[in-house]
Amino acid sequence: MRDEPVLTVSDLSVTFGMGRGAVHAVRGVSFDVRPGEVLGVVGESGSGKSVSALAVMGLLPPNARVSGSVRLLGTELLGASDKRLADFRGRALSMVFQDPLSALTPVYRVGDQIAEALMVHRRLTRAQAARRAVELLDLVGIPSPEQRAMAFPHEFSGGMRQRAVIAMAIANDPDVIICDEPTTALDVTIQAQVLDVLRKAQHETGAAIVLITHDLGIVAGFVDRVLVMYAGRPVEVGTVDEVYYRSRMPYTLGLLGSVPRLDRGEHGRLVPIVGNPPSPAALPEGCPFSPRCPLVVADCRSAEPPLLPVRHGGHLAACVRAGEIDGGDLPPERIYRAPERAAPRPVHAPREEREVVLGVDGLVKHYPLMRGAVFKRRIGTVRAVDGVTFDLREGETLGLVGESGCGKTTTLMEILRLVRPQAGTVAVLGRDISALASSQRMAIRRDMQVVFQDPMSSLDPRMTVYDILAEPLRTHGRRDLGPRIQELLSLVGLEPRHAARYPQDFSGGQRQRIGIARALALSPRLIVLDEPVSALDVSIQAGVINLLEELKERLGLSYLFVAHDLAVVRHIADRVAVMYLGRIAEVGAVGRVYDSPMHPYTQALLSAVPIPDPEKERARRRILLEGDLPSPASPPSGCRFRTRCPLFKAIGEAERLRCVDEEPRVRPMGGDHGAACHYAESLDVL
Amino acid sequence: MAGFLARRLLNYVALIVVATSLAYMLAASALNPRSNYEQRTPPPPPAVVDARLDELNLNDETPLFQRYLRWSWGVLRGDFGRTVAGDEVNADLARRAGVSLRLILVGLFVGSIAGVLVGALAAVWQYGVFDRLTTGASFIVLAVPTVVLANILIIGAVWFNDLVGAQIFLVSGETTPGLEGGLPAQLFDRLRHLVLPTLSLSLGLIAVYSRYQRNLMLDVLGADFVRTARAKGLRRRTALTRHALRTALIPAATYFAFTFGALLTGTTFTEKIFGWHGLGERLIDSIFTNDVNTVAAISCLAAFAVLLAALASDLMQAVLDPRVRMG
Repeated sequence: MRDEPVLTVSDLSVTFGMGRGAVHAVRGVSFDVRPGEVLGVVGESGSGKSVSALAVMGLLPPNARVSGSVRLLGTELLGASDKRLADFRGRALSMVFQDPLSALTPVYRVGDQIAEALMVHRRLTRAQAARRAVELLDLVGIPSPEQRAMAFPHEFSGGMRQRAVIAMAIANDPDVIICDEPTTALDVTIQAQVLDVLRKAQHETGAAIVLITHDLGIVAGFVDRVLVMYAGRPVEVGTVDEVYYRSRMPYTLGLLGSVPRLDRGEHGRLVPIVGNPPSPAALPEGCPFSPRCPLVVADCRSAEPPLLPVRHGGHLAACVRAGEIDGGDLPPERIYRAPERAAPRPVHAPREEREVVLGVDGLVKHYPLMRGAVFKRRIGTVRAVDGVTFDLREGETLGLVGESGCGKTTTLMEILRLVRPQAGTVAVLGRDISALASSQRMAIRRDMQVVFQDPMSSLDPRMTVYDILAEPLRTHGRRDLGPRIQELLSLVGLEPRHAARYPQDFSGGQRQRIGIARALALSPRLIVLDEPVSALDVSIQAGVINLLEELKERLGLSYLFVAHDLAVVRHIADRVAVMYLGRIAEVGAVGRVYDSPMHPYTQALLSAVPIPDPEKERARRRILLEGDLPSPASPPSGCRFRTRCPLFKAIGEAERLRCVDEEPRVRPMGGDHGAACHYAESLDVL
Repeated sequence: MAGFLARRLLNYVALIVVATSLAYMLAASALNPRSNYEQRTPPPPPAVVDARLDELNLNDETPLFQRYLRWSWGVLRGDFGRTVAGDEVNADLARRAGVSLRLILVGLFVGSIAGVLVGALAAVWQYGVFDRLTTGASFIVLAVPTVVLANILIIGAVWFNDLVGAQIFLVSGETTPGLEGGLPAQLFDRLRHLVLPTLSLSLGLIAVYSRYQRNLMLDVLGADFVRTARAKGLRRRTALTRHALRTALIPAATYFAFTFGALLTGTTFTEKIFGWHGLGERLIDSIFTNDVNTVAAISCLAAFAVLLAALASDLMQAVLDPRVRMG
């Protein structure tokens, strides 16, 4: 491990544009990576991590000005000609990009694209390259690689495409692989598979990996050393244990404190970092973190603190008070204070006695699968939601979780449509929606509101915040809107005097608060939230989650919370329903389901989520699922999960018959905990 | 795929029948061949005119539907009838279609290739000198009517011929009448005639295509797969041609195929000015001479060309884009 570094980056800076409008995206990044080492680069969006990676690869657009030094195996890459760089790229230095869906050229076969990577750098015949491409596809775990090599990218799932991109990256035995958010676009079980492939690829090639990510959990389990970036600069560098357990930069501390944890059950408030990350076009004076820092002193604003060693070797932090934190004068746990609860936690009656706010029973939504451009014909049925049953009681949050394609968003849309479902019943506040007159439907719309995922596109950019909030009130005939809108804005933590502004004047987190205020305008009893925090950075996300929790307690709301982030759901939800291929796999109180999951799918799902705790992460055992989600147009017979189920493989021939023939129903596992598995048994996966 | 093609062809045939029938009825009721005879001095006796018009199936006193039936029966047997002068429409149009095709095919070929190249390069050097120059030039060409453009070309060519003291560019017709010499000499003569009309035709096409291709190319230049290609170790130029341009060609190619259909009868000005006796010229002439059968026959050809182009564009897309092939 302690050989000479293969890649040395020193004082790398990237500037876009000129003069006053110049954007300093990267401002002096230095690091080195040794053979076989994994360096994690973490930071929020806009921190300059991806731009640094592209600068190292020499793939920035021509309007970027790059300075500093990038040395690969002793050769300076900055300023080298395209010809020279092309010789290094793909051979000594390769890259895996974030979005596998667009990373492959749509018009060439996958095998040919991998072969191309080989033939650029080696003297191989077409046949030899094709054979090697098949071997590489096999190495990254693509089933029946000979046939799959002949496929076009659109015939691959996202996970398979990312495997193909990894195959391309390791084709020429590189010395360094840069992975830019390699799993961000993937589902969590697929993420676990891809990380596994990356680990295998590293083992195979002995390459150093630079892993760029915003996910502190992935960093904890995958990397040796970590570099935390903020506003285009590294603010803390060290081994993963040093940085996670002995953080010396308040930003790192704040970041780690603001992540909801999958392995922590207690419902304390999260600790958000106040404010927003600065725009790279308008950085504050001095330390760029100073406006958000709880420890800020006058010195912070005078000059930007350099990255200096703290006590332990190799651990660097850029903070004037790092010494005090290190010396024990400032205990880390006292730097950030969890916000006080406004009111004591409300005491609810036992669950069974509370009113059912939303009752869904056997809900079905099938889409016809059509084919042909001119003459359309039905060739099948997509069973998006295929018999979903759950109930949500007053004052409760039900988390609906599952991977993409499991039907959670379709379920939510069917509930919001308020028309008779194809099959099954939906009852909102005790009223069956299939038999509603339009005036009753209007009344239910007032009691049931929605918050959408994307705070950019869910607010009309041509309306002021006042108009956005006034619209639902006017629609339902409210007069004298001014005071109510002021009240709503202060309720969600925004300045009432900002009502005249437009959505574009607000940051992502603030926009989501406007979306929440709009949902609250009519004092609803039930709010449906579709991935409300997944578009936000962690430090911002914590604030929005806290707000949602506080509003629920103060206003006695009930939430149906659709999300794919299991840690967020554990934090915010009282009960959780796990969906797989249009059906509920497991449902129950959050503590029960997370601590002793019964369904093999829930177990795999939970074990796939990385925890931002290096020691725990290293000790965990992952249950890796094989393959991708089957198509909802042709779900497997019997139990839908059996094709990927680890339990199905473990049980005997005779017992398997039941899984193949009989579709399991959700059966009680004690209390209101239920799992749809014939052979469910508890397993601790955290 | 075969069943799909058969259905589509059937669809097209029906469309051609409807379009041609409507064109015939419109021409037969709006044009008045009788006036051709009335203007003669001295006017021929009405009985002679009627007999002549009946013979040509152009008599406006015969009910329209009856004329239509006789005409369509002829068309079914592959005979588009006779012109007002009494010649066969088939023979006349066959010759003229050949002339138009020779002009269009070369023009389209030059126009699309040069258009793609200019557009792609302009995108790669976005906001550079080349991009600015070609953008400016395209808009000038688009703003100048073909008539003016063609005449500027002629003036330029004549000036050039005078300057070098030899007939390098020939500005009228397809061939030099009465030219002696073997095949190479004939070909060379045709080529010299072809340069100017082709240029006048393709300049307009280049202007349109290059704008179109530039935008398509800009869309893919920043695409992730182009970055992946470069990360593999491809040089910038290779990545741009092999990955970016190849993908950006798909929508452009279908667009080219469609212009071909529209051009077949749309090169009237070019044909007129350079003295090429093609279909476009004939269409205008036949309307002036009240030549119902020729108008209907050219409409039929145009409909056929447009639908052939649509089919070609579908096939081209299927060949270029694997996503369409599968779906």
